[in-house]
Amino acid sequence: MEITPLGDSALILRMGDQLQDASEQTVNQVLGAMHRIERAQLPGIIELAPAYTTLAVYFDPVRVIDGGADPGDVVDWLTKKLNDALGKSRRLRRDKSHVRAIEVPICCDTEFALDLEQVARHAKLSPTEVVDLYCAGTYCVGCIGFTPGFPYLLGLPQKLATPRRASPRKDVSAGSVAIGGEQTGIYPLRSPGGWNVIGRTPLQLFDPQNNPPALLNVGDRIRFRAITRDEFEAVKG
Amino acid sequence: MKLTITRAGFLTTVQDLGRVGSRRFGVSMGGALDLHALRVANLLAGNDENAAGLEITSGIVRLQFNDDRIVAWCGGEYDVAVGSRQVPSGHSAHIDANEELSISGPHRGCRAWFGISGGIDVPVVLGSRSTDLRGSFGGFEGRALRDGDVVSLAKNSACAKTLIDRLGQEEIAAWSASHDWSSPAQQEPILRVVHGSDWDRFNDLTHHVLTSETFLVSPDSDRMGARLEGSELRRREDCDLLSEAVAPGTIQVPPNGKPIVLLGDCQTIGGYPKIAHVVTVDFPVAAQLRAGDRVRFREVSLADAHRFLFERNGDLEQFRVGIKLHMR
Repeated sequence: MEITPLGDSALILRMGDQLQDASEQTVNQVLGAMHRIERAQLPGIIELAPAYTTLAVYFDPVRVIDGGADPGDVVDWLTKKLNDALGKSRRLRRDKSHVRAIEVPICCDTEFALDLEQVARHAKLSPTEVVDLYCAGTYCVGCIGFTPGFPYLLGLPQKLATPRRASPRKDVSAGSVAIGGEQTGIYPLRSPGGWNVIGRTPLQLFDPQNNPPALLNVGDRIRFRAITRDEFEAVKG
Repeated sequence: MKLTITRAGFLTTVQDLGRVGSRRFGVSMGGALDLHALRVANLLAGNDENAAGLEITSGIVRLQFNDDRIVAWCGGEYDVAVGSRQVPSGHSAHIDANEELSISGPHRGCRAWFGISGGIDVPVVLGSRSTDLRGSFGGFEGRALRDGDVVSLAKNSACAKTLIDRLGQEEIAAWSASHDWSSPAQQEPILRVVHGSDWDRFNDLTHHVLTSETFLVSPDSDRMGARLEGSELRRREDCDLLSEAVAPGTIQVPPNGKPIVLLGDCQTIGGYPKIAHVVTVDFPVAAQLRAGDRVRFREVSLADAHRFLFERNGDLEQFRVGIKLHMR
């Protein structure tokens, strides 16, 4: 693990920088590190944000200096504090009981599944086989970003990996479940997007009026369950 | 207790010091692109530093108040007037009920921040009153202000009331914030940068290009970032990087080799290499970049970046004390 500056007001703890480094195990190590740093309550740290194999630590340099660092030595001082908080043991495993398992219903009605045919052709499967294979998988939320509440999921069956669309759509509906290369995710808000849409969930993934605002957290374990159009409408209300 | 936006200009939004604590859910920090300018404008208006004010981005803006208020602003070179009275940046000004504040510009720079005594009273969403334009929440109905919008203002503070009484006759305070705080726009600005974690993915020639050549600000710049044109910044080799955190100030280089300086509304994560970061004390200058401007970069050490911030904070502390004396 390395700790490097992200400008003058953040540090990144990095356990890898390639997609193949990202696994449920590294995501859980990152979360383990996050909880240790949270507990340590270090001076000047404002916010922590995990993503795949990294943890961003945002800080206010002035408050770190007020907390005892020399103005010319803020990063080394804070890095030492972070290393102390993480402890000697590099076994940052996260307590398994904290892992949430969440089922996400997905409706693959032709009106929603705009690119299911394309994904099926690419995988040399029928659309029904694609949906079955997709729903048989277990996924892990690797990071949340792109738009507020957008979960990037790890664990897409290799066979379903499909290149992004040559020309992105200007307008992808909220709830669209999509595949982009080896990754898969869910659009929480209506937004532009270039991933292949294979269905839609009736769940609301992001609501700024809620606390927390996102339905999913980094580290959550996700399974998809295929539902009919009627079930979709019933959940939607 | 109301502010009517008679004319909204090109892009006027409600902003405070930003949204902290929700980046793990993909929520940008947002807030005023020049946090320091909004802090100073708020102090001059007798407000808490985190009160919600207005960020204005070019055009003609007209604001009308239905009670007495103190207004102060910092930012690019705008013409700001109440009737025939000019309101220079960095000064507290008393606006009577039903007077109209007219703003036009900028002659130089890009944005300006207006602190209004009492502060703009919109609901707090995820810990902030800032407008998140991508997520369509916060601020006024989650969107930029339009002609005819009416926003609520909170009550004038005791400090603001004292100032209203004191400025009764002269209307505009004789004292002010320092010029480089109230008018940060520069001709041919130089932004100071520290190395990014992908600095070594670029060769020496590219490092030299970044820190010696002039870049042109492209028209497709916005609150998410200033896009730059110039010599291409080439990487040693292509490799797919896993998305990780980015922050305001990060200079990322997409495959086309044209750097982007991220600003307050930037996404929380990004997969492009980060060649460098603009230091926090220079965000006020970065927030003034507009299409067609020329900009250069100069390397500094992280230790220097922190010393600059520490020094500015000392000056801000003195300014707070001075302001209190004027409003007592």
